[in-house]
Amino acid sequence: MSDSALTLHAIDKRFGAVQALSSASLEVRRGTLHAVLGENGAGKSTLMRIAFGMMRANGGTIAIGGAPTALTSSADAIARGLGMVHQHFTLVPAMTAAENIALGGHGLLNIRHVAARVQQLSEHTGLAVDPHARVDTLGVGAQQRVEILKALYSDAHTLILDEPTAVLTPRESDELFAWLRRFVASGGTAVLVTHKLQEAVAAADDVTVLRRGRCVHTSRAADVGIAVLVRAVTGDDASAPASAVTRAAGARGALVARLHGVSARDARGVERIRDASVECFAGEIIGLAGVEGSGVHELLRLLAGRLTPSAGTVNVPTAIGFVPEDRLRDAVIEEFTLTENVALRDAAGRTGRMHWSVLDVQTAGIMQRHDVRAPSPVARVGELSGGNQQKFVVGRELDKHPSLVVAENPVRGLDIRATEHVLRELVASAGAGAAVVVYSADIDELLPIAHRMLVVFAGRVHEVRVDRAAVASALVGAP
Amino acid sequence: MAATVAVIVAAVLGILAVGGYDTPRALAALWNGAFGSTYAVLSATLVRATPLLFVGLSVGLAFRAGVLNIGAEGQLLAGAATAVAVGLWVGGLPPLVALPMVLGAGAIAGAIWAGIAGFLKVRFGVLEVISTLMLNFVATSVVSWLIRGPLQEPTRIYPQTLELAPSVHMPTLIAGHRLHLGFPLAIVLAVTVWWFLTHTAAGFRVRVVGASVRAASSAGGVNTARTAALVFLASGALAGLGGASEATGVTFALYEGISPGYGYSAIAVALLARLHPLAIILTALLFGALEAGAAAMQRDANVPSVLAAVVEALIVLGVLAFNHARTRGQRA
Repeated sequence: MSDSALTLHAIDKRFGAVQALSSASLEVRRGTLHAVLGENGAGKSTLMRIAFGMMRANGGTIAIGGAPTALTSSADAIARGLGMVHQHFTLVPAMTAAENIALGGHGLLNIRHVAARVQQLSEHTGLAVDPHARVDTLGVGAQQRVEILKALYSDAHTLILDEPTAVLTPRESDELFAWLRRFVASGGTAVLVTHKLQEAVAAADDVTVLRRGRCVHTSRAADVGIAVLVRAVTGDDASAPASAVTRAAGARGALVARLHGVSARDARGVERIRDASVECFAGEIIGLAGVEGSGVHELLRLLAGRLTPSAGTVNVPTAIGFVPEDRLRDAVIEEFTLTENVALRDAAGRTGRMHWSVLDVQTAGIMQRHDVRAPSPVARVGELSGGNQQKFVVGRELDKHPSLVVAENPVRGLDIRATEHVLRELVASAGAGAAVVVYSADIDELLPIAHRMLVVFAGRVHEVRVDRAAVASALVGAP
Repeated sequence: MAATVAVIVAAVLGILAVGGYDTPRALAALWNGAFGSTYAVLSATLVRATPLLFVGLSVGLAFRAGVLNIGAEGQLLAGAATAVAVGLWVGGLPPLVALPMVLGAGAIAGAIWAGIAGFLKVRFGVLEVISTLMLNFVATSVVSWLIRGPLQEPTRIYPQTLELAPSVHMPTLIAGHRLHLGFPLAIVLAVTVWWFLTHTAAGFRVRVVGASVRAASSAGGVNTARTAALVFLASGALAGLGGASEATGVTFALYEGISPGYGYSAIAVALLARLHPLAIILTALLFGALEAGAAAMQRDANVPSVLAAVVEALIVLGVLAFNHARTRGQRA
């Protein structure tokens, strides 16, 4: 028997031209809790998907329990004793816990048999789950326990948990960690993928840090201080390219938007924002940062008037320019023309006839003022390049000079020129007197243009200095 | 369109050959039944096309909003039954008063019948594909009950109502032919629906909701549930009006089988027209000709008229497969 539960050696993974992982290695000792840390896009999830057989690596080797293996599917990984608890659960809401657990099985199904074994397993492991409860009646914490039981039901000895605490309340997180400690103490092994440094250091035996697809740090958790880990996670990014677009030194104007003591839930009913207070002033750009699951997307939608709070007061103006992250889903209709997409912007308030010739002229104006390269206003949005689609969305939202602009990852996937154009537009908008809130997953895009920086961590909003180290620490919850 | 015609020809020839029928004679009957004479055009093809145009518009409008109303059959029956009930009651009034009342009642009944499915969707999240289909069966059964119960003719021998008084008959357009006012009315409605969708703000909202619910609410602030609910009502009203037009223009009474499945053919009519209201005029005429020809083929060449239904089904499958191939091609 080997001492190693799971070994990934020199894993390479490319997506097109992007090198997601370069020679990344990870050794998880049997009977330990191993934390894998890193920023958004560092390659954590990719590495775990490869370990679980969901993706094939371009190079490198995988060994489970010391035996080299070639995984071709997650069924392979499960057969070899791995189990994965995904950040977005993979349960069928209308089925019971036992039925969900039985889903991966083979041959004849005796649901009473399964339920009895789940009951037994639940008592044995201390993961309280009613096998007969419908999943959609369970809270998020209980759903996560069903996911863990599902893995244990297939005799998993090594659990991979992807951001397990992102959806949990602090108390549920404590319970999960207490359970994980017992699990590893009884001989199980767990890999914990997380953004949160402190919980990793507090709970884990070993830590590995990934940055830009490489393993940059591995040690025993007890031997390492938070400061060292923060540096390992964020890196010394003097090499990051400086943006050509910078904030204007303008005076802060009147109060434009205000959230006071606001809480909000996402579509699944999970509380994502707790007691947040934010004030936005004319002429000021607020840079907003936060990892996936921190509640940052809900905060943006609260500011944009697209989400109703569960508590607190929201005062936002009526004229809001909103640039959502997924433009093809939330901002435009691909098969409609540019003009029709301009008309879409205030479709709710229109009455009577549509004056298409007037709208065509308006659209041509937007195209000209915001450098949208399209054959004509009656070209379909789907025919445009991604950069021009985004310039079109930004132009449409900013053209009537809204008093508040909310932009969510506005330069994601754009080339350098389009990126600069969009950032310049946001800076100009603030210069013209708008209050601007910009979220980006890449904080290096925010630092040059932001007057203030807010970081959302675990549903709470913190103001930090406009400084890379300060933002990077706050992102992972370090003091 | 050329592809459609090719599908129709191939399907008809294939079925005739497999069935061992006298192909030349059957084809001649098909053609003559649809276009062979003034009578065929004015009393068969256009008369058959009229209800198809109403229900085709009903389905087309709903699908444009992303509302999958496949209950035009039930809404048509609700409209026809109500129109006959009201027609029997107001038959003594002058035509200019009585006929609009009868047609209006039919439209309202269709809207209510569709509104049931709309309410179930908005209130309980019931999929309209299921609820509207189920309501078709309910409507068929309600008609069966009406014509053996409260609306049965006084002698209680035949399972049908009394015939409507001439004051509530749809006027015919050409003496000696069955073509009635319902046909031009349906054409006017097709143009109106087209104009509504392309030139009004409310119509634009319908298109936006049909194209992307997410973009409609996020970028446009549109109340998508309200838009869908209103489309349910309008779609039902169009089908109900089609039923009223059929009852007052062709059957003059209510009985079982008043619709040979117009509400189902409507789905083919709308899909083949790519949900474009003006194109629906053409596809309704095409299907009207096909059904008129199939009826003649049964009379003259003993070929079962279900042939028309088979051809319609093949067209729907062809359109869906073609659209699928086209969208896949775009993604590749």
